Amino acid sequence: MSQMKAPLTAEARGILDRRGFLKSAGALIVGFQFATTETARAQFGQAALSGSPPGDQLDSWIAIAADGRVTAFSGKEELGQGISTAQQQLVAEELSVPFDRVTLIYCDTARTPDQAYTSGSQSHPANFNHANLAQAAATAREALLNMAAQQWGVSVEQLAATAGVIGVQSDPSKKISYGQLIGGKKLNLTLDKNAKRKPASEWTVLGQPVGRPDMAAMATGQFEYVHNLRLPGMLHGRVVRPPAVGATLIDVDEDSVKGLPGFVKVVVRKNFVGVVAEKPWQAIQAAEKLKVNWTAGTGLPKQSEFYDSLLKQPSRDTLMVDSKDTAQTLASAAVTLKSTYYHPYQMHGSMGSSCAVADVQGDKATLYSPTQGVWYQKSTGAMILGLKSENVRVIFQRGSGCYGLNGADTVSYDAMILSQAVGKPVRVQLSRKDEMAWENYGNAWRIEERAGLDAKGNIVAWEHEAWTPGLGNRPGPSTPGNIVTGMLLGFAPAGFAPASAQPPRAYNNNSNGIPSYVTGNVGGIAAGTGTVKSEKVLVHNVRSPFWTGPLRSPARLQNTFAHESFMDELAARAKADPVEFRLRHLRNERVIAVLTGAAKAAKWQPRPSPKSGNSKTGVASGRGVACVAYEGDNGYTGIAVDVEVDQATGKVAVKRMWVAIDAGPISNPDGLRNQAEGGALQGMSRALGEEVTWDDQKVTSVDWRTYHSLPLGFAVPKIECVLIDRPEEEATGAGETAITVIAAAIGNAIFDATGVRLRQVPFTAERVKAALAART
Amino acid sequence: MSAITLNVNGRAHTLDLDPATPLLYALSDDLELRGPKFGCGLGQCGACTAIVNGAAVRTCITPVSAAVGKEIVTLEGLGTPENPHPIQQAFIDEQAAQCGFCLNGVILSAKAFLDKNPKATESEIQQALSGVLCRCFTHTRMFAAIQRYAKAVAP
Repeated sequence: MSQMKAPLTAEARGILDRRGFLKSAGALIVGFQFATTETARAQFGQAALSGSPPGDQLDSWIAIAADGRVTAFSGKEELGQGISTAQQQLVAEELSVPFDRVTLIYCDTARTPDQAYTSGSQSHPANFNHANLAQAAATAREALLNMAAQQWGVSVEQLAATAGVIGVQSDPSKKISYGQLIGGKKLNLTLDKNAKRKPASEWTVLGQPVGRPDMAAMATGQFEYVHNLRLPGMLHGRVVRPPAVGATLIDVDEDSVKGLPGFVKVVVRKNFVGVVAEKPWQAIQAAEKLKVNWTAGTGLPKQSEFYDSLLKQPSRDTLMVDSKDTAQTLASAAVTLKSTYYHPYQMHGSMGSSCAVADVQGDKATLYSPTQGVWYQKSTGAMILGLKSENVRVIFQRGSGCYGLNGADTVSYDAMILSQAVGKPVRVQLSRKDEMAWENYGNAWRIEERAGLDAKGNIVAWEHEAWTPGLGNRPGPSTPGNIVTGMLLGFAPAGFAPASAQPPRAYNNNSNGIPSYVTGNVGGIAAGTGTVKSEKVLVHNVRSPFWTGPLRSPARLQNTFAHESFMDELAARAKADPVEFRLRHLRNERVIAVLTGAAKAAKWQPRPSPKSGNSKTGVASGRGVACVAYEGDNGYTGIAVDVEVDQATGKVAVKRMWVAIDAGPISNPDGLRNQAEGGALQGMSRALGEEVTWDDQKVTSVDWRTYHSLPLGFAVPKIECVLIDRPEEEATGAGETAITVIAAAIGNAIFDATGVRLRQVPFTAERVKAALAART
Repeated sequence: MSAITLNVNGRAHTLDLDPATPLLYALSDDLELRGPKFGCGLGQCGACTAIVNGAAVRTCITPVSAAVGKEIVTLEGLGTPENPHPIQQAFIDEQAAQCGFCLNGVILSAKAFLDKNPKATESEIQQALSGVLCRCFTHTRMFAAIQRYAKAVAP
């Protein structure tokens, strides 16, 4: 990419100082419609009751000022994934105004529509298809054209809008700007689901690699993260977490910190302990010196026996698909294969430990939080504070990249509780250890795959059976006990009731439990992407000793690791080329396109794995491939990788990656590429090094020496992205597809290089070395 | 507490601090600078980096007393959004960030190293950044930005 200077507009400057920003934007906000309507309730259900502007009303999404500036309000926030830039492009495109003239405001419970969480690769589909923000902008453009047509007594067909000005095509003297037409006034319209969207062929802003407006502020140290927020009179808090899982509070000796410089207060509520001081370092010192007695922990299962222990737990079982003939088909198959795959708990491990600022005074609270769900922080925050939900306002302010449910929600509770105790604004940032020991980890998985091949080497049956432990989750509207602070305050996590499996009712491959290569036949409708008719997918949910929650590509990544590794084992058994073998069992054009797209970019030569002629000593090179239809139909990625395995040390080096990605119409090719590259490398770090560890009482991976994230100092593989544009399709998720396929592709490449199959993530040098030593 | 004078981005600031306070808190709290950030408090990630007398220093484990009388430069001391330093411009040109929280450590560590080793090879630069983390894994773009800058300063 050559020069991609971020335009330093008033908005970009605005980001630099939130308080100034609010002041300058204030005029637009005054008189904004807050009342919920019956229509909105009917259409949007609970969301409309959250007190947010109703999603069916145009004024909830778009405001046009007298000077023609456009303010767009979105319920999908910027977490670092680039969606705010794409949303700004979307509004500029649909409204026919320059990119710089649009200001985007997102996720403030008092000002923006309730769009639930910013998560699960849902922002692109939610706001770029025929609803919500896209439809609001299209509705506004049609409304403005209609207004101009009426004013001039001409038909809309004679008009064209360019750069926020409407003109009559046959009479260049007639021009009127949006500001002149409506500036400062409400549009008072309901979202029109028939308002015409601009076809991708006419795009001039969407589809372009527009640079991020926040980039200059970030690169020059001016960007205000929530960590940098300083409110007048603000104090600083620090929490004291239990020393072991299950430990409860016996007593706190408040005298142990009295008289320390800057000390303000010790706050104890049930098992929640925290301190407040005037400055951050003083709060840290006080928390370290505070004498707290805890009971012993409740004990943890041995990590070395953990995957086996999952089999013995009471479970809640789900059948995702069941043709009821797999046992017979497997019994009569020419060849049967069975493999078990293991994926550990992994962390979000945010770069900056989580931080929030709360201002709770009397019966009112304002929270500045990097949460992915401001509306749920509002309702559950009200629960922990004992306030009315309508008196709690939650304003998103960006933190460190989260990749899912990191410590953002729990530190928001911490800040609210401490602020309430002192009646002043309080900022809390977690310690590295408190972040890592108590976050909601990405779930561990044990996955058994069984399949049969016929005499020609085609798959005739596939069974997938998985065990995964869970505890807690996102708090949702009413479960603060799903995260650690809520639990310490005495709230219970969502209940767990063992249950036997019921027959599947509808096809739902949200978790990617169903492999890409089976038909996914539920109720006579084969909605899957593959050809294998004899199919069974059974999942056992069991109780976890640790908190769990969504981590980038939750369940999808672990299931895909197992499916795509197993597919490679089947191909090897059939002595088939891994790409050709996959194509033989796929019938979905978009999965096929990403698989062949990656293979073509990699100049893939058909042959079976493992590679013949590799020596069993020294460095061995190999290649691997994997693909996925993310959540069954919400984004598509194929990947090919080249690796080198040092057979003396077991160290794996990924040399090159080719990532083909399809997210529907490409809204911003550079943003999409950034997500694909980052996802691929983050997936590589998770595949090669990341694993939560524990002893008999507590988590032991609590810093960057004990939890192994690849630093900048490793030899970064060259990544080539193949962006597949689908202007006629619906927008899909984009941020979680690439990461989903990496572990399998690397494992398959290790097999290609060495003939050794790695079935347990991460593929650490020790594990690879041990597997190589066991090679026959 | 004692009066501590720090020279930050060319200006002297006298602060009333415990001399054992890590420099990070003086910069991010007393001076309200947004460049240096708390990432781990253990010197393991780089988010808190400042350039002190020409060297990249982990301010979360450096007491203010050790920085007295030295030239401290933070990310905002290099350039502004309107007039970024060439290394900052290189990061903007390459769109080398996602959440951006690590940029402080990446940019300052790279700059301090290249200032002293302008002809460093790609692998030497990589080595110099071996203790810096980016959890969004924007590595590819970051190295492209650093190379772009390195070529411009030592063609």
